[in-house]
Amino acid sequence: MSFKENLINGTNFDHKSLNALQKVTLRAVVMSFLFYGLVAIEGMIMRLVQVGPSNPLPEMFSHPDHYFSIMTVHPIVGIFGSTYQLVFAAFMFLVPFLTKKPLYSIKLANFVWLSITIGTALAWIAAFVWQYAPLYTLYWPLPADTSQFATIGGIVFIIGVALIMLGTFGFIYNIYATIFARVGVHKDKTTKELLISGFGIDGMLNLWNKLRGKQPYSKEPALALPVVAIFRGTVDTFLDAVVILSAGVLVLVYLLFDMGGSPLDVGAIDALLYKNYFWWGLDLVADGLVLIYVAGSWYLLATLITGQKLFMENVARAALMLELLVSWMVWSHHLLADQGQPEMMKLISGEMVTAFELLTQGLALFITLVTLWKARPLKMTMELKYLLGGLIGFGLAVPAAIIQADMGMNRVLHNTQWIIMAHVHIALIVGLYMTLYSALYVLWPIVTNNTKMYSSKMSNIHFWLYLIGGVGMGAFGGMAGLDGMLRRHLYVDGEFNTFMVLAAICGTMVLVAWAIFLVNIVMSVGIKGLIGIFLPAEDKTASYGIEPEVIADNHKV
Amino acid sequence: MTFSNSAELLSFHWVAYSIYSALIISVIAWFGYNLTRKEKAKSIVRIPFYTYIAFLVAGGVGHHIFTYNAIPWVSQDITRHDITPDASYKFQMEKQKWIGLPKERIIVQCGQTIEFDVQSRDLVYGFGLFRKNGSLVMQMQVNPGTDVNGILDSNDILWTFNHNGVFDLRSTEYSGPRAYGENGEDLLLVKDFMEVVGCKKDGGKK
Repeated sequence: MSFKENLINGTNFDHKSLNALQKVTLRAVVMSFLFYGLVAIEGMIMRLVQVGPSNPLPEMFSHPDHYFSIMTVHPIVGIFGSTYQLVFAAFMFLVPFLTKKPLYSIKLANFVWLSITIGTALAWIAAFVWQYAPLYTLYWPLPADTSQFATIGGIVFIIGVALIMLGTFGFIYNIYATIFARVGVHKDKTTKELLISGFGIDGMLNLWNKLRGKQPYSKEPALALPVVAIFRGTVDTFLDAVVILSAGVLVLVYLLFDMGGSPLDVGAIDALLYKNYFWWGLDLVADGLVLIYVAGSWYLLATLITGQKLFMENVARAALMLELLVSWMVWSHHLLADQGQPEMMKLISGEMVTAFELLTQGLALFITLVTLWKARPLKMTMELKYLLGGLIGFGLAVPAAIIQADMGMNRVLHNTQWIIMAHVHIALIVGLYMTLYSALYVLWPIVTNNTKMYSSKMSNIHFWLYLIGGVGMGAFGGMAGLDGMLRRHLYVDGEFNTFMVLAAICGTMVLVAWAIFLVNIVMSVGIKGLIGIFLPAEDKTASYGIEPEVIADNHKV
Repeated sequence: MTFSNSAELLSFHWVAYSIYSALIISVIAWFGYNLTRKEKAKSIVRIPFYTYIAFLVAGGVGHHIFTYNAIPWVSQDITRHDITPDASYKFQMEKQKWIGLPKERIIVQCGQTIEFDVQSRDLVYGFGLFRKNGSLVMQMQVNPGTDVNGILDSNDILWTFNHNGVFDLRSTEYSGPRAYGENGEDLLLVKDFMEVVGCKKDGGKK
């Protein structure tokens, strides 16, 4: 097939053969990767500005209004527009796939991706047009500071964020309604049984009974382990959405009063209390849903790739419960540099409970590796490569954060590039995204009805460029942080030039890797297929039932 | 083992984390390689499950015990309200400006413990001292707020200086684009804010 033919028609992709669930999944995936491209370009712009006067960008990017507008929307587009979309799409497909029950509502799933897409676009427009730039932290009272920002920009931004959160609520409802639906294999299960399994209490009781030499509480838990992780992580997703939405409403009220000519007193809100509330919610993204979802995804991928039961499944179930509790109590590690924060909260929440994340994530890493190990020899497929890449990402990123969640270290690392590059970027770019790429390669044949990937060479180039670029960018940024480079600061004189040049080179590798991946996908589904994904599905089925064993067979040597 | 200033701590951290990074990447690469081999790999070391768990717990908790004992500013920070400083400096911040900074460069004698108390009248700022090579001596957040009597909340920190040097002052927290000039220059940067004198070459009182 010629290049042109491939570009138009793809390999063997037929969008008409897709059912409603497959189509809605692919729509969100397409939007997610488009936003990923945007966020990678934004990241590169900021990196190049930090290189100093020798950077090739037009001067406007070094202007503080412009620069901090980009910094404000960069995490919104990256975390919500791209990551949330991809994770939500994967889970709204996986829950029906794993429970063998239809998704509760395809309409709601369509609302989710549309709402998040429009919301992200609005937040981006608010920053681009009105240069609304309070950053994602929204530290009170900066988002309501109308002496620095246009009120209308703030209103559009908050509406955008609110739409993202509404989409998030739609996802949560869809997931729980599907899990609790008493149809198919769950026809005879009670809500109580599903709840006990969802929270991993059955795993804990099994361990407890084993210690006492009794029979297991439940030999066949009502919910598969990955569904438990999705169930558990979604609790944090809900709490996080409530906090972000309520903070948004607070800002919106102040902005509307300001617009009406009777501004409210920003001093009425205690800045430190607000910080506590906001970080409690925001941290549920980083230390809650991401870690829990990732652990669940590793378990799923390890069992799908090997076709075997997970090693120490009861421990894994119980650890997910522990992770949920830990995630509610760790937010103070963001406030170790706040002198008004009570010392006991810094010590207990900020240091000690946070340290448990080393245990829970270390456990997930161990269980995943042993599950793979017990099934060797395995073929080094793309999904296995990406899974190992994801393990490297979190193996690097979690300790980087634990190191900073310490009262001594935080004094010299807080707000430096260390945390945002060596921890956040490596966790997201390498840890989370490589896990998601692994899931994508596993699910690709199921979601696209066995569409052939255009080029395995391109897949491999994408993998290596992405891994080396992602780790390198995080490492050089982290080194700059150790040398004192602040994270929410504009350096226009190239003060950290060497590290920023190296980080920019690695960032370029990530950007090129994304472009190669995108070309590979477009060449596989074709322009026609890409458009077809967004056309209504003829087959309205909301479930898909390929047996997991089929996936495992592909990995046997 | 005790770190007498943040430069020593950061250097140690750089080396320790680099070694760890190389190790974790190597371990997973080794796993990856051996996952595909038909012949059984020889284990380099056998780690029983509960030993591994104990290692993680010891690592997580032990890290804090180590830093509490090795980094002097941790205990000083916790008990700072019971310590009488050698000198105190109090100033405020408003509309992306420092208010009431000493007119002259602050001179600190080696080994002195200094209190900095910074209040904000409007936004969240930061207070950070930086060496001339750009590295961070220490920092804290500066939160706005008042008590019930309308008195501005304190953001105070105690710091003992054991090494000579001239330090710049910066806000370490973003307070909006107005903290920068049209060309991006940092309006909250105070060059040569303070100087520590009287220490030996490698730190400590003469």
